[in-house]
Amino acid sequence: MSEKHHIIPVWFFVGVLLLVYGVLILATGIYEVANPPANRVVLYDLHASIWWGGVLVVLGAIFSLRFSPARERARMEENSK
Amino acid sequence: MNPALLLLSSNTLVHLSGVDLVIIVFYFALVLGIGFYLKRFAKTGEDFFLAGREMTAWVAGLAFVSANLGSLELLGWAGNAYQYGILAAHWYWVGAIPAMVFLGLVMMPFYYISKTHSVPGYLKLRYGSEASALSAITFAFMTILMSGVNMYAMAVVMEVVLGWNLHFSIIVSSLTVGVYVAAGGLFSAIFNEVLQFFLIWFGALLIPILGLIEAGGWNGMVARIHQNFAGQDFTHLWGPMNSASNNPMGVQWVAIVFGLGSVISMGYWTTDFLVVQRVLSAHNLRSAKLAPIIGSFFKMAVPLIVILPGLLGRALLPFHLVPGNQAQPGQFKYDDVLPLMLARYCGPGLLGLGITALIAGFMAGMAGNVSAFATVWTYDIYRPYLRKDAPDRHYVSMGRWCTIIGLLISIGTAYLVTRSKSMMDYVQALFSFFIAPLFGTVLLGMLWKRVSRMAGFWGLLAGVLTSVTTFTMMKLDARWIGVFCLSPLAQPLAQAMWQALWSCLTCVLVTFLVTLVTKPRPDQELVGLVYSLTEVPHEEHATIFHTPWFWGAVALVLFVILQIIFW
Repeated sequence: MSEKHHIIPVWFFVGVLLLVYGVLILATGIYEVANPPANRVVLYDLHASIWWGGVLVVLGAIFSLRFSPARERARMEENSK
Repeated sequence: MNPALLLLSSNTLVHLSGVDLVIIVFYFALVLGIGFYLKRFAKTGEDFFLAGREMTAWVAGLAFVSANLGSLELLGWAGNAYQYGILAAHWYWVGAIPAMVFLGLVMMPFYYISKTHSVPGYLKLRYGSEASALSAITFAFMTILMSGVNMYAMAVVMEVVLGWNLHFSIIVSSLTVGVYVAAGGLFSAIFNEVLQFFLIWFGALLIPILGLIEAGGWNGMVARIHQNFAGQDFTHLWGPMNSASNNPMGVQWVAIVFGLGSVISMGYWTTDFLVVQRVLSAHNLRSAKLAPIIGSFFKMAVPLIVILPGLLGRALLPFHLVPGNQAQPGQFKYDDVLPLMLARYCGPGLLGLGITALIAGFMAGMAGNVSAFATVWTYDIYRPYLRKDAPDRHYVSMGRWCTIIGLLISIGTAYLVTRSKSMMDYVQALFSFFIAPLFGTVLLGMLWKRVSRMAGFWGLLAGVLTSVTTFTMMKLDARWIGVFCLSPLAQPLAQAMWQALWSCLTCVLVTFLVTLVTKPRPDQELVGLVYSLTEVPHEEHATIFHTPWFWGAVALVLFVILQIIFW
């Protein structure tokens, strides 16, 4: 994002956020399947936590890897050659 | 008792689990960490106030649209969708898309080429200090009040939804915003807005997905609404607009097209510095033109996570929501519809994500207001009128102090609103007083070189006075509603549209008349500021898919298709 200041792209932080949240939500969803709660939300049987958590993990991993500081440094060094 | 447990009470809309609290705490840690990380890059005035003018079109575009995607808007518009039906989507479509495309294609070149730091800064270059000072002082004042209103609204929502203590929410949110904005300036504000954008989408998108599954798709939802509320039309956008008595908002298409589409939205999206500042951070003119257009595509999709949950609430909730001022203990208000739908479908983890999205939206709203306040105070009030020739680092330091002082004033405003709740409505109304006429002043200044210095000032002042007068008269005596709004059935949203229309028309008329009797500025002083005297750089070597005009046209075509689908 920043050529002048060499700031870590905001997309990397977005990736970290989605990845951490995805892992937490996915893990909670799996735990709930094993230990069903007494008070269930509407459409509990769809297990939204599992597939939505999975979506967050995949997107978070893609963003974190694609815009990782190490990869950005390498790209800038490549450009400066 | 554990102090953390003291914050919680049993009488709340939702109950958070441990994993939800971890999700919320991680968000606070991340934004504070980002603020400290960005501090090293915010050294010059351009860095601190305009994020170094080095944002890509995507980052500037997402920040631009996120600055208007605060939680106050999310909760309020979901509530409006419950109350008025799909008519509320007008504020996201006709009330935004044409104005965003217009900003990108027509107005952005002037803001960007003039190298101004702010909208009052443009007025100073175009008209001189009178119009600029009027705009800067009112904007700074209103912005800081709005930040306080945001703070108060967040504290109330957290109290109602989660049972959190009001003071706890105000102190934690203001401290966090103060630290990260004072550290990284607009860099921090924009980074947080981009994070907020993703949080809001991923936190809220499950509601329409699961809601439509439960309702049996769009047709199932419409059938349930007709069954629950027979004889009322909540699902058509333009059909019930031929008469004020045919729709729950009490509005005709004239007010929507001319009041909302032509004045309010143009005024807000093209002259409200809070949103324009995000685009000014773009790294070149093409990105600055593209940023609002990119934003317009996302804006078009926002009704999916705001309007649709309101409609789904009408179709699926087993009880009826009531207006805020009529809610009895045990009853829910229109504005509760989004948290209610969130609690309906989201279990532990997902609930934390949704609540974090709301907190992020409130904090981004505060940060946006405070960073815009710091810029306008420093560049449009302090530098021209109080200390002209200080070194750049002095102004950066002033910006950091302004952020802290602005937040302290916001906290004061939040507590003032706590004492007098009707003040919240008045502060929001006050903000609208200045936006509609400002659009007339800026647009005439850009398009007509003949407009004189004093015409800009008197036109703006007359427009503001018209806005204040019509608002006051309608509040004092309801008979004036029928006069100004052409129908006594006009609801507050419809009244705001007519008020904006009259104030902008007055501004344009007075500007025109004063221009005729005053001396215009010489052409050479207006180069780069007025359409006929400015050569906008031609975009060479750009394929059609890289031009803002192409994407602007695509956005407008999609906008028209949406109107036809939901006609």
